[in-house]
Amino acid sequence: MSDDKRVFEGRIKVPYKHTAGAYVEKFLTEIGQNRKIMGVKCPKCKKVFVPPKMVCFECFEKMEEWVEVGNQGTLKGFTVVTHKTDVMPLKPPFAYGIIRLDGADTDIVHLIKESDPNKLKAGMRVEASFYAKPRKRILDIEYFKPI
Amino acid sequence: MPKHDVAIVGIGQTKFRSKRRDVNIPEMIYEAVKAALDDANLEIKDIDALLIGNMDHFEGINFSELWTGIDACGFYLKPVVKIATGGTTGSSLGISGYYNIASGIYDKVLVVGWEKLNEGGATTGIITAFDPVWERPSLAGALGPLALMANIYASKYGIERSMEASADVVVKNRSNAANNEFAHLQMPNITTDFVMSSQMISYPLRLHDCCPQSEGACAVIYANENEAKKITDNPAWFKGVSTAHYYTFGCDDIMYNLPTATIASKKIYKKVGIKDPIKDLDVAEIYEPTSWAELAWTEALGFCDFGKGHTLLDEGISKMGGEMPVNPSGGVLSTNPIGATALVRFAEAAIQIMGRGGKRQVPDAEVAMGMGFGGSLWTELCILGKDPKPVR
Repeated sequence: MSDDKRVFEGRIKVPYKHTAGAYVEKFLTEIGQNRKIMGVKCPKCKKVFVPPKMVCFECFEKMEEWVEVGNQGTLKGFTVVTHKTDVMPLKPPFAYGIIRLDGADTDIVHLIKESDPNKLKAGMRVEASFYAKPRKRILDIEYFKPI
Repeated sequence: MPKHDVAIVGIGQTKFRSKRRDVNIPEMIYEAVKAALDDANLEIKDIDALLIGNMDHFEGINFSELWTGIDACGFYLKPVVKIATGGTTGSSLGISGYYNIASGIYDKVLVVGWEKLNEGGATTGIITAFDPVWERPSLAGALGPLALMANIYASKYGIERSMEASADVVVKNRSNAANNEFAHLQMPNITTDFVMSSQMISYPLRLHDCCPQSEGACAVIYANENEAKKITDNPAWFKGVSTAHYYTFGCDDIMYNLPTATIASKKIYKKVGIKDPIKDLDVAEIYEPTSWAELAWTEALGFCDFGKGHTLLDEGISKMGGEMPVNPSGGVLSTNPIGATALVRFAEAAIQIMGRGGKRQVPDAEVAMGMGFGGSLWTELCILGKDPKPVR
């Protein structure tokens, strides 16, 4: 109990595991081992999903055809984080954005290697930079850098 | 009054297991959804609305309907409602499906319950349901209250007799599970001695007095009378539903004999015209989280007098081949994917009515009960049959 005897303080641990599934496994293996970014194509609407997933959310079709998309893409929007809190992956300032990779029909969210908002612009071209020692994490693409 | 009759016209279940490391959450749910659609020969575009549920927090995630509703169920830009009421999640889903069709709001709905319990801590989630001052330091969790209930029941009716009878419940249900390919625990050679010598978990509950934690999903398609006849000539019709929600804070009211089951069952028996449940019902799928609970719940549901739950087993009434088998599927003692568990009760009752139970089929089943239990000792019931009319 805190100094105020009418207030109880507690803390609940929330341990979890998350089975990522075969599609995530394949994606992470390809970026880590081959530095290739892979998506899956809907057999009906032909959209290419990056990140990959099993079912096309519009057609409700199972997707099984893998296609390679570009390591470059277009930045659709971004933010630069400047206020510090305890739960951040990086020390501010840092940026992340929504990226449409060349050949993909969906977007991926990732870190951007540029924290000056004046040097970033929606619509600019960016390129994936891969982490030297892959660990089967999405951060095996370490960040996207403006080109 | 309902504007429409309501039928179950399609059912899909995953095989329930302790771990599904081969699929992620939406991929697992998709298996059940696809199976239900194939069963009813429908496509997702044919379904008007989705009711989906699990317990937030049990997998360490919240708002799971955002991705399970779309990736697993294809409900992009269509109506999705998420329901989470603890153990009754599946029956709250099942009864909401009934309301959505009976009211005339929708013609066909998809009802989905799921859980992937190996991925998180169910007890962590359950603890948050309890009062931080009075209950969390001792009682909190699922097993604690159920152990207290078992102890009060046993003290009242005889410890040894109750222990043996509860072990008989486990043997009955897990033997039944061996006839059900979807059931999680497959223990065809289980014996009373095996149950009674298993590890004590929380007195008087031993390991095998308790349900497992399971991963899997159940999907059920509901339709009104006009749509049902286009889909199948053998649906399972709702004769009625009933709920009773209770309040227990700490232990300031009696809890061991589940008063909500008595209240809810009396209501539904009156509605459906049931005078003697053993004679008028052909089969029941009840939600027994522990062995002792089946004794107490069957009493509270009026299947026998209070304190006489063991007679249903002693006389073979609740066993396969008996007058009214209870839990031909193996029940919750064999399979417990929490958000799906009570929906599985409704689905298994429907399977019995449709005559599609295979080795677990009760011959000539025409009237079946499904029961959900959970939350604050809530009870939710359905009675299904070959037609939507009262039995008399």
